[in-house]
Amino acid sequence: MAKAKNNTLKLKFDTSWNFAPAPESKSIASIKDKYDLFINGAFVKPSSKKHFKTINPANEEVLSEVADANAADVDKAVKAARTAYDKVWKKMSGKERGKYIYRIARMLQERAREFAVIETLDAGKPIRESRDFDVPTAANHFFYYAGWADKLEYAFPNRQAQPIGVAGQIIPWNFPLLMAAWKIAPALATGNTVVLKPAETTPLTALKLAEIIQEADLPPGVVNIITGAGATGAALVNHPGVDKIAFTGSTDVGKIIQRAIAGTNKKATLELGGKAANIIFEDAPLDQAVEGVINGIFFNQGHVCCAGSRLYVQESVYKTVVRKLKDRIETLIVGDPLDKNTDIGAINSKQQLETIHKYIKIGQQEGAEMHQSSCALPGKGFYCRPTLFTNVAQSSRIAQEEIFGPVLTIQTFRTEDEVLEKANNTPYGLSAGVWTDKGSKIFNMTTKMRAGVVWANTFNKFDPTSPFGGYKESGYGREGGLHGLSAYVNLI
Amino acid sequence: MIAETSTIKIPNFSLSPRVDQVGIEERAARVTKRSIKKESKLNGLLLALNMIDLTTLEGKDTDGKVKQLCYKAQHLHDAYPGLPTVAAVCVYPSMVKTAKQALGNSGIKVASVATAFPSGQSTRDVKIRDTKYAVANGADEVDMVISRGKFLMGEYNFVFDEIAAVKEACGSARLKVILETGELGSYDKVRRASDIAMYAGADFIKTSTGKISSAATLPVTLVMLEAIRDFYYETGKMIAMKPAGGISKSKLALHYLVMLKEVLGEAWMNNEWFRFGASSLANDLLMQIVKEKTGVYQSKDYFSID
Repeated sequence: MAKAKNNTLKLKFDTSWNFAPAPESKSIASIKDKYDLFINGAFVKPSSKKHFKTINPANEEVLSEVADANAADVDKAVKAARTAYDKVWKKMSGKERGKYIYRIARMLQERAREFAVIETLDAGKPIRESRDFDVPTAANHFFYYAGWADKLEYAFPNRQAQPIGVAGQIIPWNFPLLMAAWKIAPALATGNTVVLKPAETTPLTALKLAEIIQEADLPPGVVNIITGAGATGAALVNHPGVDKIAFTGSTDVGKIIQRAIAGTNKKATLELGGKAANIIFEDAPLDQAVEGVINGIFFNQGHVCCAGSRLYVQESVYKTVVRKLKDRIETLIVGDPLDKNTDIGAINSKQQLETIHKYIKIGQQEGAEMHQSSCALPGKGFYCRPTLFTNVAQSSRIAQEEIFGPVLTIQTFRTEDEVLEKANNTPYGLSAGVWTDKGSKIFNMTTKMRAGVVWANTFNKFDPTSPFGGYKESGYGREGGLHGLSAYVNLI
Repeated sequence: MIAETSTIKIPNFSLSPRVDQVGIEERAARVTKRSIKKESKLNGLLLALNMIDLTTLEGKDTDGKVKQLCYKAQHLHDAYPGLPTVAAVCVYPSMVKTAKQALGNSGIKVASVATAFPSGQSTRDVKIRDTKYAVANGADEVDMVISRGKFLMGEYNFVFDEIAAVKEACGSARLKVILETGELGSYDKVRRASDIAMYAGADFIKTSTGKISSAATLPVTLVMLEAIRDFYYETGKMIAMKPAGGISKSKLALHYLVMLKEVLGEAWMNNEWFRFGASSLANDLLMQIVKEKTGVYQSKDYFSID
């Protein structure tokens, strides 16, 4: 066979043998038509008398209606948490607290499949991810912190760890159940009580968690779950009865919260946005690096605060890496999140899809070259193809601003010093990735990167034992591990 | 077909690309998460069946054994009409003539191991004569083994030259180069051996002899498929792949097909460019195929063991 020119060679991944639909059954998911607020161990009607709908972003169908908590409801919830704290929870031994948390973990495990299906329906993420990552990791967080409940005297040498009081917790829509676990588990383990507000587009798994909490017989008021939108969150942040705020969400809202609590006694931890640099050196195992980059940006449709959204490729391997990226995105299946073969599910909301489209347009206007895969998209619902941008500069808006979607910007670099500077040249500092086969380079790079989590030759690896959080405008405080306890204790 | 190596620049094999072990194993594991159901399952099973090199490589092989195996190759399960045949029958050189006669003009290829299979511990002269003998007796394909000892000593030129010489001795027969991945020690080495084999003139690269306990695995095959892909983009030449040994279940065979589809795509999805080196896989595929049609699993006793 004669040698052909490189640029005319093309592989065809849309093959005659393809995957038939493989949908996960919805029958296991039991979703009520309407949910009320979970306050003081019971589901109570909202004072506002208002409910709002939550839809399935895969097909825009209504899944349920959930309550809209107003300031009075927030007050009720905070008071319930305060009473439970003073009278029951702060007095309970760590061992007993641990038993409740462990029970919640077990029940979550037992109903894992139902939770995975509901998470997929409400959030739009592929069932493969909610089944294999979200739900098991959420259960693991409860298991892990259940173990700390009776060992706090060993957590901080020579210091006694006392709980703070009532924690007001506001979580985002990208990992609804997992974020609830990240917040509730350490708070309970350290003896605090909780008022949690899930995101308005993804309230369902938090409400199902409330059902588990009720069934686990957790003393009433220890965990309260109130649904609502921005106003509910603001009411919670501003409530004088809340001792500590834990927030995961956008940097903009993080700043609003920071201003709101200034001058008060409230403690806070903020886990905000990111624009992580993923760096491929010429001596990296390229196919595995490409796979890691793909996971880094397309996992959960790119709705990840620590997503590797900026790729830096050493110039000598640039063409090869781009070729491999383009080949790999052709094999990613965008489709019905409930299909077990779907790699990229639905964008969480119409609003977010519009934001992503806005940035794609900006990128094109800035002169960057856009490349998308050629896969088909479902007719209904909110979907976006995996997107690559080349011809991007450090000063391009798409390389600076968080897009929160399946869009990867690609830049080149020549030396370690150069890419280090470029990687750190951002107001964010949540995560980063380094790909090289050389060990000394890993140590050299990672110690100098201003990011809370740095991955070497891997990406998006999480564990309850491992602290997660950012530098700079990606927030402060850590969740997970021993460090995750600090935010919820006063040390004496 | 003679490879046009004159226009292809031979790289420095000591600098062959690295493979990250954690990464390759994760990518291979992800392939197993694909859900293959309904018509794609049936089509996959039929495709896999047509890709099998039905193999007998025992000291006790006789004419009788080989003839019966060749009959099975053509008549996998006549109770289910419309089944494909396997791709080839693989035997020792001494059995090639028998196999060739028994297969007639069925279209099924005769593949012969050669070059002092399985160890390869012999002289160049013996290996070339072994090859020529097989080809002269009618072998359509030759499965050679590389000199692993020389490879591990870093004598890549030796390994390269040996493959090139065997390729020449093959004439018009297609050459499969067995790397014996289980003896090479790491994924990096598998990549290196793959590159050497392809640049030296291999038509197929193959994982194993099946004679040691460590045989084909999904990650090892993935390394080799990625090597094939890079070679294709570099030279324009397609190389075929054959994982051998340890593939006895249909589910695993389907995982391999998913991997093939997602790494190389359409052009490789047929038995000219992909084979399974397997003996018991055929019956498991047949059992699954019959189950797709009837809805129930039949007893093993309904599927002939040849």
